[in-house]
Amino acid sequence: MASWLSDATGGVTDAPIGFGRMKRKEDARFIRGKGNYMDDVRLPGMLHGALLRSPYAHAKIVSIDTSAALAHPKVAAVVIAKDLETLGLAWMPTISYDTQAVLAGDKVRFHLQEVAFVIALDAYSAQDALALIEVEYEVLPAIVNCRKAMDPGAPLIRDDKVGQTDNLASPTWEAGDKAATDRVFGEADTIVTRDIHHTRVHPCPMETCGMVADMNPTTGQLNIYNGNQAPHAHRTVYAQVAGLPEHRIRILCNDIGGGFGNKVPVYPGYVCAIAGSIVAGAPVKWIEDRSENLATTGFARDYIMHSQLCAKNGKITGLRVDVIADHGAFDSTAQPTKFPAGFFHIVTGSYDLDAAHCTVTAVYTNKAPGGVAYRCSFRITEAVYLVERMVEALAWEMNVDPIELRMRSFIRPEQFPYESATGWTYDSGDYHKTMKVAMEIAGYEDLRKEQQEKLAKGEIMGIGITFFTEGVGAGPRKHMDILGLAMNDGADLRVHPSGKAVVSISAQTQGQGHETTFAQIVAEELGISPNEITVRHGDTDKTPYGLGTYGSRSTPVSGGAVAVVSRKVRDKARLIAARMLETRPEDLAWEKGRWYVRGDVSKGAAIEDIAEYAYSGSPMPEGLEGGLDAQAVYDPPNLTYPYGAYIAVVDIDPGTGHVHCRRFIAVDDCGVRINPMVVDGQIHGGLTEGIGQALMELISFDEQGNCMNASFMDYLLPTALECPEFELGETVTPCPHHPIGAKGVGESPCVGSPPCLANAVIDGLRVWTNGRVKHMDIPCNPARTWAAMQGNAAPPQ
Amino acid sequence: MQVSMSINGQAHSHDIEPRMLLVHYIREMAELHGTHWGCDTSNCGICVVLMDGVPIKSCTTLAAQAEGHEISTVEGLEKNGVLDPIQQGFHEMHALQCGFCTPGMMVTGRWLIDKHPDPTNMTDYEIREAISGGLCRCTGYVNIVKAIRWAAAYEAAAATGGN
Repeated sequence: MASWLSDATGGVTDAPIGFGRMKRKEDARFIRGKGNYMDDVRLPGMLHGALLRSPYAHAKIVSIDTSAALAHPKVAAVVIAKDLETLGLAWMPTISYDTQAVLAGDKVRFHLQEVAFVIALDAYSAQDALALIEVEYEVLPAIVNCRKAMDPGAPLIRDDKVGQTDNLASPTWEAGDKAATDRVFGEADTIVTRDIHHTRVHPCPMETCGMVADMNPTTGQLNIYNGNQAPHAHRTVYAQVAGLPEHRIRILCNDIGGGFGNKVPVYPGYVCAIAGSIVAGAPVKWIEDRSENLATTGFARDYIMHSQLCAKNGKITGLRVDVIADHGAFDSTAQPTKFPAGFFHIVTGSYDLDAAHCTVTAVYTNKAPGGVAYRCSFRITEAVYLVERMVEALAWEMNVDPIELRMRSFIRPEQFPYESATGWTYDSGDYHKTMKVAMEIAGYEDLRKEQQEKLAKGEIMGIGITFFTEGVGAGPRKHMDILGLAMNDGADLRVHPSGKAVVSISAQTQGQGHETTFAQIVAEELGISPNEITVRHGDTDKTPYGLGTYGSRSTPVSGGAVAVVSRKVRDKARLIAARMLETRPEDLAWEKGRWYVRGDVSKGAAIEDIAEYAYSGSPMPEGLEGGLDAQAVYDPPNLTYPYGAYIAVVDIDPGTGHVHCRRFIAVDDCGVRINPMVVDGQIHGGLTEGIGQALMELISFDEQGNCMNASFMDYLLPTALECPEFELGETVTPCPHHPIGAKGVGESPCVGSPPCLANAVIDGLRVWTNGRVKHMDIPCNPARTWAAMQGNAAPPQ
Repeated sequence: MQVSMSINGQAHSHDIEPRMLLVHYIREMAELHGTHWGCDTSNCGICVVLMDGVPIKSCTTLAAQAEGHEISTVEGLEKNGVLDPIQQGFHEMHALQCGFCTPGMMVTGRWLIDKHPDPTNMTDYEIREAISGGLCRCTGYVNIVKAIRWAAAYEAAAATGGN
């Protein structure tokens, strides 16, 4: 058969020299089962770790007896909190400047919290030994309801924190103008009020979290094999936590089986693996099982939102929202330092409002910590969910079609750059155009007719709309850092004497296809085939510093760095070409792949000839060093603001409440598209995760604080049968400040689709019940949807 | 206990603990790392391999249950340096992103094409139903369906000399 492997360059066939559809270079190893994931790492003498976890959500630890476990013939060591104290590793900092117990010493604060770490000769024996550890607990009342956590008499969860007298995780945070918002509401002619719970979910990458830690006792070198989304930042954190010299820590990410925000934080198991390797003097592998992943690592959402939206003269004018954020037992929310509620205050969405105000109160509960951005830019999913649910509610309150109300209230194209009521500067957009494209693909007016026809036949059909705007690509160093680290990204480009190139980046793919798309950026800028460009990533010893991949920041930030470093190389190539062609640099013009003399296209120097010259014995231009390479650190001047119009069509079984997503139309504007195939793939995946969150996914707790969804039997994800054939469309509005005009797309579909599906389900129930059903919280699973249909929607706690 | 089986046509025999799962046998004893695992409850399909040509979840099969049987994994798809059409189809149609579920999805697709009486006329539902024992968080399944179709069409064309 024709095989792309026969390509002499070892690349893929039909590769454009630059942007355009191109099959992925990284596929070669994956389709052969030759990826190199964390659990594939095997080192000589490697031991295996396992974590003992608490059966209680809140309990004092009276005693821990590890003697029987230590007596197990295959156990090398057992580590508990007091052992970690001697290493200074008992507590670790979270991304949000809180502290989290690595192993619980005083008390456990959430169900399945880490209590002891066993290191054994093999993984089965490590599990056996867990059962031999005796822990005596004194059970305390658990708080799993964040409203109850704020009661004056509520048991104190964080008694480890000096001066902490209540369960508030941080001071209430606010954005916008309260007085102006009050004024706008005073003048409004329509106001809607809703209480909305964006329920707790989990990103669930198919590969769970884990690590192989290899501390060499002779050299003091610590090698860490760990699939995480921000390897450089992790290295700095380990240096700080463990007091190890940063230059002797090397993180190797290899291949990562999905991240979706779950692999941003540092987890107790990681610190245990490192401590275990120090204690045991051998490499230690720790790989969590699925229950550990679901029940203890970074959850997402859990925002309870009380909101009002108002209109005057048929247009939306004001928004207010007060949030209680349930952070669990430790505040390890992913967010830039100055943004304690992440980017939630982009909550005014795509609308030109007169005023808005929001507050966020963060609370500790006896639930697992997290608050990660599940395919989301720091709480933007919650923000978009809130505003798009509220707009839908307001439209029906006003008896106006929800698209019509959006069209009347959108930021207009001539208003960009647009200052939002809560302080964001949107870069570019033409929202009306994108909304119309979605309406055309959907056949919107016919859908409304079909809905009525179905109703007459006793069938429930719902139509959902969203128009989202995101701010992604964190971010400008003047505004954003995480743990004091600027949110910039580096790139290092070396063009070899033969004209082939290696570009090293700080972004960390978890499946996004960087080995292909980042090569395409260099190809676009330098005219070298992407097949002749290697993208190096995932090794902190061999790549420049940067903050990694999450919040759709790879293309906006790291992609910017790659474009900038390519242009630096191109500029250097121009000086060399001038010398080669015996002319002045300013007399040269660029066409993809070569500098040529203005007015004489035939006289020029191709990039590979320039590269050969740069490394040869020929004289360089005055003051210029030999070689053809460059470094760059990209500091984005602003976030980018991708947006999109989504329309969902659902059918709801009147007898069971089962929701079937029949159609999903997604029109995304993510600016310039590097590789449309990869963009479409990102959108497909994000929509599916949105379907999961809207219809299936839920992490819930019983009154004792037990996590009720700690396996895939109880935490439901969409299969191929729950997903429709997605109908995609696009508009392209380039980002004016990004080097290649791109805005980022990975999370957009996962941000835009949950409210779209919720709106669709509620729309179906609204029509079915003649307007009586006005709201239900996601997930719209059969039980909850059926209850809502009967007028008994579950309250938001 | 001693367990013997064939994996991708090669004989394997090891002294193992009776409780050892097949997925661990394949990964640790046969040292074939292409078969991954994703859950412990038979829900995600990441660990799917073929036993005597039929897809099974190797995370909930004891290695001992494979005694004397023929196991096929992702590593067995490529023959003599030529990719199986299912592998080529996944590449052509962008049916993988992180690659973690890909081995299970590909061997399931291979099984479907082999057992279907008329592979070029499979319905969407038939393909989706066949892969619904597996979870993928990256692709939304759209391109996996297309990849399986691509492979079926390629094989049909090859069989009639169309290539």
